[in-house]
Amino acid sequence: MTTLPLEVNGRAWLVEVEDRASLLDCLRDVLGLHGTHAGCEHGVCGTCTILLDGAPVRACLMLAAQADGHAITTIEGVAPRPGEMSLVQDAFCETHGLQCGYCTPGMVLTAEALLAANPAPSRAEIIAAISGNLCRCTGYGQIVEAIQLAAERRRGANIPAVETAP
Amino acid sequence: MKPVPFEYRRAGSVAEACAWRAEDPEAVLIAGGQTLMPMLAMRLVRPTRVIDIARIPDLDAIRVAADHVLLGATTRQAAAERSRIVAKEVPLLARALPWIGHPPTRRRGTIGGSIANADPAAEIPLVAVALGAEIMIAGAADGTASLPAAAFFLAPMVTALPAGAMVTGLRFPRPARRRFGTGFAEIARRHGDFALAAAAVTLMLDEAGAIDMISVAIGGAAPVPTRLDLAALIGTRPTEDAIAAALAAALAPLEMMADGHASGAYRRRAAARLARAAIAEARSEAAGREGTDDHAAS
Ligand code: FES
Ligand code: FES
Repeated sequence: MTTLPLEVNGRAWLVEVEDRASLLDCLRDVLGLHGTHAGCEHGVCGTCTILLDGAPVRACLMLAAQADGHAITTIEGVAPRPGEMSLVQDAFCETHGLQCGYCTPGMVLTAEALLAANPAPSRAEIIAAISGNLCRCTGYGQIVEAIQLAAERRRGANIPAVETAP
Repeated sequence: MKPVPFEYRRAGSVAEACAWRAEDPEAVLIAGGQTLMPMLAMRLVRPTRVIDIARIPDLDAIRVAADHVLLGATTRQAAAERSRIVAKEVPLLARALPWIGHPPTRRRGTIGGSIANADPAAEIPLVAVALGAEIMIAGAADGTASLPAAAFFLAPMVTALPAGAMVTGLRFPRPARRRFGTGFAEIARRHGDFALAAAAVTLMLDEAGAIDMISVAIGGAAPVPTRLDLAALIGTRPTEDAIAAALAAALAPLEMMADGHASGAYRRRAAARLARAAIAEARSEAAGREGTDDHAAS
């Protein structure tokens, strides 16, 4: 077991995890953040995507023990306030960008990172960004639409592009 | 899916990582973990100790010297992809990097990890062979400090890395003249899947446009990334047909992998087609450059 300081959604935690625990298992089982979904658990599906210092990575492909010193964002961290949704989450609802919802946390976080870095992504850039995230329901069309809609609204709201980690 | 229980240790130096590994024959190194983590999850690897080298100072660095560019082993693939130095000095690598996995895996995956893992379909080993890179190592009992890429990859996932040694970086020769070009082509089921075949090319043209130097390596097809013998093209301005004939002759003696994804015959054919496309790309790039020297200006 290791005791580990982690920064998740802007809060500092001290977690106790087995050395072999993936960051995914730590988030779900130790911190109770079940929004980070466990799909394949070996790096294929992307549903476990989190943001590590602002960039999407697969939480099943790193050890929890490797995550200290990084800022981690999970789907629980994107809404501005309890009971509200982020602009990207809203756009996913409105365009029917989710059906079963299994891929959705990973898709939303990937979109959040894309739009933070690139307020006006082309369709090709959107597709490249979500290329590592599988969705077995929507056929991707509405997900691309959702990200386009969110981008448009973000621009309309004059949200400045934030400096994401390189 | 859970790995077997193991002890995690974070190394502060290359010497420490090597010493910890020497203590425990069942220890493995982790950096980006983009291949090791799935293998751990599926229990294909059952280590007693996992030694994290990702935060060793100095291993995550891209440095330019007079005649080479050094990429430290733990340089993230995404960092190399964005590097101006790589774009300018190792353009073939810059071309190949976007083919690796997906943005989230490149964000964590490292240059050295791909080399040490030696997947026959991997892009970085292919580029290393095409460019004649040196694989820098530490901890070898006999003091070996580097191995040429062409001698490093022995079989799928098997390398010539001496027991107890670790990969510390990859040294690419800087292009010697301006009249060079590079090309990269790959086919996979979907972008980011393992390559069924890939080709990496670097070449130089002389003043008259004849091929002065050419290096073509194929990946995903033979059991290791393999440089093709294309000496017949040197000094010529070959037609498409001449290139196709030279490639066919060079590929004929090579053993190809065959599996559920593609037959050996398919891989040989695909490798030839991809090599042709990559040569054409490299040639037109070289033809568009001024013939002047050198790094003096850079
Ligand atoms: S659960 Fe991590 S990629 Fe599938
Ligand atoms: S909504 Fe079901 S997997 Fe994407």
